[in-house]
Amino acid sequence: MKCKRCGAPAVIEIRRHRAAFCADCFTHHCQEQVRRTVDKHRMIAPGERVLVAISGGKDSLALWDLLLDLGYDADGVYLGLGIGDYSDTSRGFAERYADAKGAKLHVVDIPTEHGFGVPDAARATKRVPCSACGLSKRHLLNQAALDGGYDVLATGHNLDDEAAVLFGNVLQWNVDYLARQRPVLPATDGFARRVKPLIRMGERETAAYCVLHRIDYIVEECPMAAGNRHLRYKETLNALEERSAGAKATFYLQFLERMLPVLEGVAEHERAQVGTCTRCGAPSSAEVCAFCKLVERVAT
Amino acid sequence: MRVHLHNPKRDIDVEGPLRVKELVKRLGLNRESVLVIRGDNLVTGDAQLADNDEIEIRPVISGGARS
Repeated sequence: MKCKRCGAPAVIEIRRHRAAFCADCFTHHCQEQVRRTVDKHRMIAPGERVLVAISGGKDSLALWDLLLDLGYDADGVYLGLGIGDYSDTSRGFAERYADAKGAKLHVVDIPTEHGFGVPDAARATKRVPCSACGLSKRHLLNQAALDGGYDVLATGHNLDDEAAVLFGNVLQWNVDYLARQRPVLPATDGFARRVKPLIRMGERETAAYCVLHRIDYIVEECPMAAGNRHLRYKETLNALEERSAGAKATFYLQFLERMLPVLEGVAEHERAQVGTCTRCGAPSSAEVCAFCKLVERVAT
Repeated sequence: MRVHLHNPKRDIDVEGPLRVKELVKRLGLNRESVLVIRGDNLVTGDAQLADNDEIEIRPVISGGARS
């Protein structure tokens, strides 16, 4: 198989693009995908400071690497979730990458700062661990961006992540969630702007990017996530993709083009409901925000 | 060839030569869900694998529940 761009032997095939690339042209392709996404959705303006949410996995480390190589002023933040060896190992990957690149990595450790880990939160709430984990990440990463004076919080959500979330939201016709599934959530009072520059890259591509750039990342799946609904949706979509290359990209990217504008009224209504948490001051549609409620439940 | 698999981590022996896409199919995997790595290098689906190759099949699916 030959590289579509230069004719050299290819190292990766991307079926939905009907293309294969050598290592150099694949890097160029990934950079173009991110540059195009950032420009199209006006994610990052020149001179803005970016905080990248780093998990130690392939997506976040690939995103940080791509943003740095594209010349953005990007620091990282790692959130310690208290998931035993898995957290220690993933933190190690994040720190080694930052050291090798001479990049700045902030560390926020939930057990140290709030007295609980994700497994404790799951037990206290009697809900799946991913629920408490996602809730904590949203709150604490936003807080880290605001505290550090960053203009933008960037996350490594890729095309597969977004397609799987969309699939789940459509299965339940969860209109509120559909309305807020945007590549950019604008800055508002108490919220840093949140952006997802990897929405045009599949997770096979972010993994390949890391392999080709010799970026070590945690390959093993989070033990808390095993068998969860989100992973089942991904498997379902990949079964479809294998038979119909490009199905995932069409599903998600056409949602952005055709459906999100229709849902703008719902998003507007949601934004109007947001007030302030009486305990921590974070934006919340209830008197006490979900994170403060979580902290309270784990403590009792 | 020796094939390293993840989730759970294990090694298996597969007789070569054979093409990457044949190996993936024989193992019952979806080619959208894995990368195939020979030594330190990625290989495409049409690459021929030799009997003495060392191969890693790396899963690429990750992530928890998000909404």
